Amino acid sequence: MTEKSGADILVEALCDLGVEVVFGYPGGAVLPIYDALFRSGRIKHILVRHEQAATHAAEGYARSTGKPGVVLVTSGPGATNAVTGITDALMDSIPMVVITGQVPTTLIGSDAFQEADTVGITRHCTKHNYLVKDPARLGPVIHEAFHIATSGRPGPVVVDIPKNVQVATAKYQKPGPIQHKTYRPALKADRAAIEQVVDMLAAAERPVLYTGGGIINAGPAASQLLQELARITGAPVTSTLMGLGAYPASGPAWLGMLGMHGTYEANMAMNQADLVVAIGSRFDDRVTGRLDAFSPNSRKVHIDIDRSSINKTVRIDLAIVADAGHAMEDMVRVWKARQHPKPDTSGWWQRIAEWRAKKCLAFPESTNEIMPQRAIRALWEATHARSPIITTEVGQHQMWAAQHFGFDLPNKWLTSGGLGTMGYGLPAAIGAQLGNPRALVIDIAGEASIQMNIQELATATQYRLPVKVFILNNEYMGMVRQWQELTYESRYSESYSDALPDFVKLAEAYGWKGIRIETPDQLEAGIADMLAHDGPVMVDCMVAKLANCFPMIPSGAAHTEMILQANEVSGTMDDEAKALV
Amino acid sequence: MHISEEKAERHTLAVIVDNEPGILARIAGLFTARGYNIESLTVSEVTADKAVSRITIVTSASPATLEQIVAQLDRLVPVHRVHDLTAEGPHVERELALVKVRGTGDHRIEALRLADVYRARVVDATTSSFVFEVTGGIEKIDKFVELMGEVGLIEVARTGIVAIARGKDAA
Repeated sequence: MTEKSGADILVEALCDLGVEVVFGYPGGAVLPIYDALFRSGRIKHILVRHEQAATHAAEGYARSTGKPGVVLVTSGPGATNAVTGITDALMDSIPMVVITGQVPTTLIGSDAFQEADTVGITRHCTKHNYLVKDPARLGPVIHEAFHIATSGRPGPVVVDIPKNVQVATAKYQKPGPIQHKTYRPALKADRAAIEQVVDMLAAAERPVLYTGGGIINAGPAASQLLQELARITGAPVTSTLMGLGAYPASGPAWLGMLGMHGTYEANMAMNQADLVVAIGSRFDDRVTGRLDAFSPNSRKVHIDIDRSSINKTVRIDLAIVADAGHAMEDMVRVWKARQHPKPDTSGWWQRIAEWRAKKCLAFPESTNEIMPQRAIRALWEATHARSPIITTEVGQHQMWAAQHFGFDLPNKWLTSGGLGTMGYGLPAAIGAQLGNPRALVIDIAGEASIQMNIQELATATQYRLPVKVFILNNEYMGMVRQWQELTYESRYSESYSDALPDFVKLAEAYGWKGIRIETPDQLEAGIADMLAHDGPVMVDCMVAKLANCFPMIPSGAAHTEMILQANEVSGTMDDEAKALV
Repeated sequence: MHISEEKAERHTLAVIVDNEPGILARIAGLFTARGYNIESLTVSEVTADKAVSRITIVTSASPATLEQIVAQLDRLVPVHRVHDLTAEGPHVERELALVKVRGTGDHRIEALRLADVYRARVVDATTSSFVFEVTGGIEKIDKFVELMGEVGLIEVARTGIVAIARGKDAA
């Protein structure tokens, strides 16, 4: 077997792993890899305009296809710019492999040009990371990196490759299935625990299935199993932000999202439940609200592939460490084998109907201004038949999209949930479009967030990606302004979006189509124009400036203390509440 | 507003890890990143091929936090297994200290006499100083160092706790 350079080994290993697309940006410390990519011609490289965008594009690709996203950046600033997206992928459990160049091993530690301690910096924002000092180790490490990124609870893995390791030669052979020495995530649940959760579901009078992104990560079959589980048990379903689409929003058991900006019925059901079965969700603070008042009378079952998620914030009565799909498959099988009749949950559903009657997502309509919620609903009306992929930035528009855009399928909703990264949506849309060339991909954005990775307009232009950006422009960092209204008596400290660009002209400057929608009567036609154009379109939709996102559970409050409408807001909070995020 | 803290218990953990670069930083960093506390940490290779290290960590935390510490350590890729020796049953804890004492005349004799009581060995001697090697549990070493303070203590080097479960089985 002839020896190959480290760079060629890397490219061959990526091909062996089925990598089709790499998001990256060249630089001095990855030039050998870029040359190997050029000579190979087997992998499509997408040149982003900023390394952070490469990571979000890889996340969008991964979340919408189920395949790992791959990033290639240079040393130093290339790697440090990628850190935000790597952290984002860790928080939201997105499979991602990031290849970073590094200065030659002979210069490591010498403060060389574009040197950064990449493995040190990324040690705690990756699932695992490697510094490869020997080209013979490169092939096995790349395969292991993909194995770790994609199995168990998915996450980002960084492989740092010094430039001399890219040039030095070694033998490479495609390895067989990886049997890692120490890393062996459990997939199948303990049989006795499955029997127990089935017993609990059969006996429950007021059950709730509290689902999360783990079901999306478990693949489309897991979403089918969730529907089956809800059907046979009669249990209502609520979901975290990350889990939207796992159970269809049009389905009969759907309560809507829960948590801070969740629905009244979902949060009241959690509060009054006698059994909560958490599946692939992690009792995040945005979901639980005040911990000592969270679902106080329920027994709690937690199904999660990550043991450290269990008992992290909420005490669990039955822990099941397993893949969400496998666990639900076993639950459905045991339920059916025992020929359990569907429990009578009609009394429970009656109470849910009463909560639903509050119509918590209703919002004041206006004839002279576009209400942002109305804009989202209009977008849904015009597009839902095409099952669009929706990405978002972070803020009010993100929550309105989660509340008002109904998702009926998994892998269609891409948002930065855990880290809450403004600037996620446009690059994520680019990644999603690359993974789904025929899909309609729309970034629902705010005028502040979109500017955080606005340079990626050029990437979409270069690769002729027909992504749509729909900006809800209220000239404020709306969520900051909303919290200032709730907590700081409307002192708008730095939350006004001053000196905004003309988004239509900006779009045109990048070769996009630009559309401005200013009044309610232009809304439908503007959206139709956006959809009719087969290239990328940026829509600047001017919405009511002071609209706020309700319902809302204020920080540190219980599920029963929801604010349903703006007129219930006091304007101040005590220090305990101010200290919460 | 005041910030309150949970009540803590002291536990000794044995963490068996693959001996790869950065593993110690990974573990120490996990403790700082998640706000856990380390009272002592020791690490050493424990297999003939030098592939596996044993890290002994003494930490103080509430029972709920301890459960998290074990789970968080366990999910690190290079970690083979984690044992909460304190929770799992009887175990032996030992620490070694080197204690340098300066003294002449009566102080010198007193230091030697105390060392004898504590079964400390003299590993270095000059006409005006000793270095004692003493092993034992934390309390014994604390006490010995305290006594040496009265007869001319110069400095102390301690290894930190190593621990192993009693009985015939491996942890």
